[in-house]
Amino acid sequence: MKNNPVLRVCSKLLFAPIILYGLYVQFHGDYGPGGGFQAGVIIAAAFILYGMIFSLKNLKKVSPPSVVHALMGIGALIYGGVGVVTFLNGGEYLNYNYLAADYAKGQHWGIILVEFGVGLTVASTILGLFMAFAGFEFSEFKKRKRR
Amino acid sequence: MAAMFIDISLVGFMLAIAIMIMFSHRLFAIIVMSGAYSLISAAMFVNLDAVDVAFTEAAVGAGFSTVLFLAAMAWLPAEEKRDKALVVLPLMICVVVGALLLWGVMSLPPLGDPSSVVHHHVAPRYLAESYDKLHIPNVVTTVLASYRGFDTLGETIVIFTAGIGVLLVLTGATGRNPSQDENVEDEDEK
Repeated sequence: MKNNPVLRVCSKLLFAPIILYGLYVQFHGDYGPGGGFQAGVIIAAAFILYGMIFSLKNLKKVSPPSVVHALMGIGALIYGGVGVVTFLNGGEYLNYNYLAADYAKGQHWGIILVEFGVGLTVASTILGLFMAFAGFEFSEFKKRKRR
Repeated sequence: MAAMFIDISLVGFMLAIAIMIMFSHRLFAIIVMSGAYSLISAAMFVNLDAVDVAFTEAAVGAGFSTVLFLAAMAWLPAEEKRDKALVVLPLMICVVVGALLLWGVMSLPPLGDPSSVVHHHVAPRYLAESYDKLHIPNVVTTVLASYRGFDTLGETIVIFTAGIGVLLVLTGATGRNPSQDENVEDEDEK
């Protein structure tokens, strides 16, 4: 679809604003609607748009599958890690009051970190799934089954 | 009055799309129409003031799953097979399940009824104390990430596990990732 000038120009114009909007939804979740999950799908949508217009090969240059697969786990680990930190600071698991000296600050930090973990996992999972689906080779799959 | 008009027209659109999907045999048209269906249900969530859910529905339901269906469609014939099997049994099941669902809906409390049970368990406490305790204006976020932090951790793990599972099925557990291979290069240029 790279040869269609309308699609090419529009997707180039839209790519940055979509990511900006995703970041807004991510980090503004404390004040307005949104949060990690919504931000994750919005950011993944920007990359998927790029992949659809500029081919899977270029998308893999922008976001290498190995990095994306690693981010899936890192997001979940950030979430779990916040729990471990509160645990080590003397509170219950995921009790953000123990993240900082001031409990309100602790809650703020906890929620932002946790939402960031969710966003990372959701965005990379969706992107990884898209790349796996788009790069799926049926003949390859059958060969592997026979092995 | 205006809200009612919006509700009725959205449900009307959804019904029309559902009926069109039923009678269509071209897979491409069916996929695009189910994307439109998701988009209209996202509009419905906006109408119910659930903007977060609407975001998710628009991005995942209308965007991402449509893209996945289109990717899967590349491996299928363009037309659905028309089989002339008996439709009596499936029709009966649909009618019975639909009637049961309608019967269930009738015993639900009216939408937004402040005296219904779900609004009297922990919700009043969350609404009353969350701002003073946590200083975060959006109650939805505090409930989701702080009060219900464990649930959200579980949800994140579910997404992670589901992603891993699908990736394993598609790319194989052989340690080598066919989607990373070099031989896909020229084929993607279409």
